[in-house]
Amino acid sequence: MSVTEAPKKYTKKDFESDQDVRWCPGCGDYAILSAIQKMMPDLGIPRENIVFISGIGCSSRFPYYMNTYGFHTIHGRAPAIATGLRLARPDLKVFVVTGDGDGLSIGGNHLLHVLRRNVNVTILLFNNRIYGLTKGQYSPTSELGKVTKSSPAGSADRPVSPCAFALGAGATFVARTVDRNVAYMEETLRRAAQHHGAAFVEILQNCNVYNDLAWNVLYDRESKIMNDLRLEHGKPLLFGPVDDRHGLVLEGATPRVVRVKDAPERALWVHDDGNTWKAHVLSQLCTPDFPIPIGILMQVEAPAYEEVLLEQERAAIAERGPGDVAKLLVSGDTWRIG
Amino acid sequence: MSDAVASPATAAKPRRQLDRAVVRFAGDSGDGMQVTGEQFATEAAWAGADLVTLPNFPAEIRAPAGTLFGVSSYQLQFGSRRVYTPGDRLDCLVAMNPAALKVHQRDLKDGGLLIVNTAAFEKKNLDRAGYTSNPLDDPALEDRYRLHKVDITRLTMDALESVPLNVKEKERCKNFFSLGLVSWIYTRPIEPTVAWITKRFAKNPAFVEANTRALKAGYHYGETAEIFTECYGIEPAEMPPGLYRSITGNRALAWGILAAAERTKLTVVYGAYPITPASDVLHEISLHKRFGVRAIQAEDEIAAVGTIIGAAFGGAIGVCASSGPGIALKAEGVNLAVMAELPIVIFDVQRAGPSTGLPTKTEQADLLMALHGRNSESPVVVLAPMTPGDCFFVAYEAIRIAVKYMVPVIVLSDGYLASGAEPWLIPDPKTLPDIPVSFRTNPEGFAPYVRDEATLARPWVRPGTAGLEHRIGGLEKENITGNVSYDADNHDLMVRLRAEKVRRVAQEIPPTTVNGPAAGDLLVVGWGSTYGTITAAVEEVQQSGKAVASVHLRHLNPLPPDLGQILRQYERILVPEINSGQLVRILRAEYLVDAVGFNRVRGLPLSTEELREAIEQLLKEKR
Ligand code: SF4
Repeated sequence: MSVTEAPKKYTKKDFESDQDVRWCPGCGDYAILSAIQKMMPDLGIPRENIVFISGIGCSSRFPYYMNTYGFHTIHGRAPAIATGLRLARPDLKVFVVTGDGDGLSIGGNHLLHVLRRNVNVTILLFNNRIYGLTKGQYSPTSELGKVTKSSPAGSADRPVSPCAFALGAGATFVARTVDRNVAYMEETLRRAAQHHGAAFVEILQNCNVYNDLAWNVLYDRESKIMNDLRLEHGKPLLFGPVDDRHGLVLEGATPRVVRVKDAPERALWVHDDGNTWKAHVLSQLCTPDFPIPIGILMQVEAPAYEEVLLEQERAAIAERGPGDVAKLLVSGDTWRIG
Repeated sequence: MSDAVASPATAAKPRRQLDRAVVRFAGDSGDGMQVTGEQFATEAAWAGADLVTLPNFPAEIRAPAGTLFGVSSYQLQFGSRRVYTPGDRLDCLVAMNPAALKVHQRDLKDGGLLIVNTAAFEKKNLDRAGYTSNPLDDPALEDRYRLHKVDITRLTMDALESVPLNVKEKERCKNFFSLGLVSWIYTRPIEPTVAWITKRFAKNPAFVEANTRALKAGYHYGETAEIFTECYGIEPAEMPPGLYRSITGNRALAWGILAAAERTKLTVVYGAYPITPASDVLHEISLHKRFGVRAIQAEDEIAAVGTIIGAAFGGAIGVCASSGPGIALKAEGVNLAVMAELPIVIFDVQRAGPSTGLPTKTEQADLLMALHGRNSESPVVVLAPMTPGDCFFVAYEAIRIAVKYMVPVIVLSDGYLASGAEPWLIPDPKTLPDIPVSFRTNPEGFAPYVRDEATLARPWVRPGTAGLEHRIGGLEKENITGNVSYDADNHDLMVRLRAEKVRRVAQEIPPTTVNGPAAGDLLVVGWGSTYGTITAAVEEVQQSGKAVASVHLRHLNPLPPDLGQILRQYERILVPEINSGQLVRILRAEYLVDAVGFNRVRGLPLSTEELREAIEQLLKEKR
């Protein structure tokens, strides 16, 4: 391992690689790249100890643009590759960059397992609800009835919610953020990167070429008011116009929208990001009946997979000393000839 | 451990000396035939015989008792000369029930020794085996074989009368009675088995006593019962002196990995998904956490190869084992390692297919898949061990080549090598060749795809090295810079470079050993687990003065540089394989020689007898 000196003070520029960025002009990926490059210096991690691993898709070009170690791998397999890397090199900070097709369709199995194992990686899933790189087929997050080249009569697939999937898989950190809100995105990404264990962030991203304004309910100045639900730990879940705030209440396990002025204050649902049960309910909220929760849905502590394995290795060595192949070969039944 | 082992009593009956013997224990999968066979092999090895084993068990975990498909068997050939195969025809068959007799009787030589447990030949078992009448009552059986009807169950129960166990528990000791009896017949020492029983059942003294008594009862029964008129001696084989152990191919693979980890002082990440017959490698690796080998049971075959690619990117050695269906799933991952030029090693413990096929049976039909079963131009190094013990050396060599050339290596083992065992002269790990590993640390003149002049390997960089931050991936790379490149000429160049890099591995291959005359009428060329069969068959033909030789390939890609020259020294070339003719195609294409195949795809090792006949036939044919 290289000697890790006190990390030098980085700026955003230190994380920009010399490669020309090749996303379509106007693509939401630019804002995400910028937010990540801006956030990186805050982590205080030497640049050489950071690895970005991606699969295939527009989002997966990401590692080329980061001046860190990077590996642009194969479709859907980035979580598995990152798992092997962490097992070999627990000293590295590993990011996985994926998309709705890469992470939830072809790579759904790997995403499930990296999350349930709680491998210490930060997973960024760019959700633009479309296949961009292959020129516009519907994805596993496209809405039912979506008309695309491969679904001219409207898609028959019901969409998956990435955050609900992550929670179901047993993720220990689940958040959602939006490409057009750079400051808020930066903050969410920083918190995710600082989480110990598998952190999952769904980044709602605009593909202006094949699925423009898929998240318009969160972009449009008017509709955003009733649809953008900011999650703040310890604060009530509020949205809507300033003069007519709306909130959520839980009736049993069923959420309901209320006008704040009609509801007693103690009835309002106060966000607790340590509550895994409520996180499951939050992950199911979507338009048109509910606003879209943006922020950290849940974060809890649990041992990371690779640390448990390494602890077993340390314990085995502590108990019986490091392995010795010469001794192993003569262990058990042997006999001498001659 | 002593090499002179005394038996419980000296045999008073006449002893006939044999060169070799082929014995098979067969019974219900619950009858403990695998343990019985393994212990008999240990006894034979103790007494200095050379031997080769062939375990054979049903694919079903708990097959219904008494049925034909529930039969489990263990065969071995042991002898005072070099033994290369488990043998084709049996000298002795122990059938613990009617199903075992029905399945295995046809493999017993005429006049062979047939020992049956009469207690098991009752209505229910006969029905299950599909017998309409008791075959033991048929005089033809007695005419054809030396039949010994022994009530093994009752004799075992009698011997265990005073042991404090219930009837069921006592009955389960009957396999040791058979083992004791066969040990007497072939004058094998039972001490190693007594020691094994004592250790195995250390927590339960009653079991130790019961099994030991059953074993000794069987031994004494042979000695005293009137029906056995003679026993057989087999002199110790002339084997190179040294310390020996028994080893299976799967264990040898795992230990080869450990040896490479120890030598390189690198972390090894072993990623695998359970699959027959490769799972034992995962089990063995998982036992040895102290050796710096980190095993992960991945979510699927694709993830398994993914984890080891990630590990290799991180500067560790990535290794995984699977079998054909799993290797097919790994193709895309292997190609990523081809493109990213990362060192990974994949063991394919081949089984009979296609599809799920016959998971517990052996085959050699993945050679072309290993060579070509991926999209586009995808050169990888391919090696194949010849014997169970050779798996150790080939595993180690695969890692050495992978690291030295920054290239994926596929090793083709198979079901027969995986569970077959042989006496193995234990090597001194210090004598294994060195595996030099150097990670690039100097940023001066660094680019991800600058190449070593001799090997064409690109530099291996551990993330964490300041100043060498770089990005690689599955998109085509510009030579030297490693930048993504769509340039036509660059792609052509890179295709050639990747192929040339693999070709240069030929400089690692020692001169090919020719078994027999350096020129002559026929050369038999094989690879992998057929080594024993081919050598045995060729040696038999050579004894009749024929100019026949054999060559066994451990390196299948690249092929040994001297092979073309050797092939031209013989009139005809025969290529025996447990597939429909794969190496034979390669030899014909590569060297423009008129090689012919000898192909049997029965899920079993080739038969020495059949192969010898094929060789003799070919010699007779005029060209
Ligand atoms: S296709 Fe869509 S997602 Fe891909 S780069 Fe262009 S705008 Fe971005």
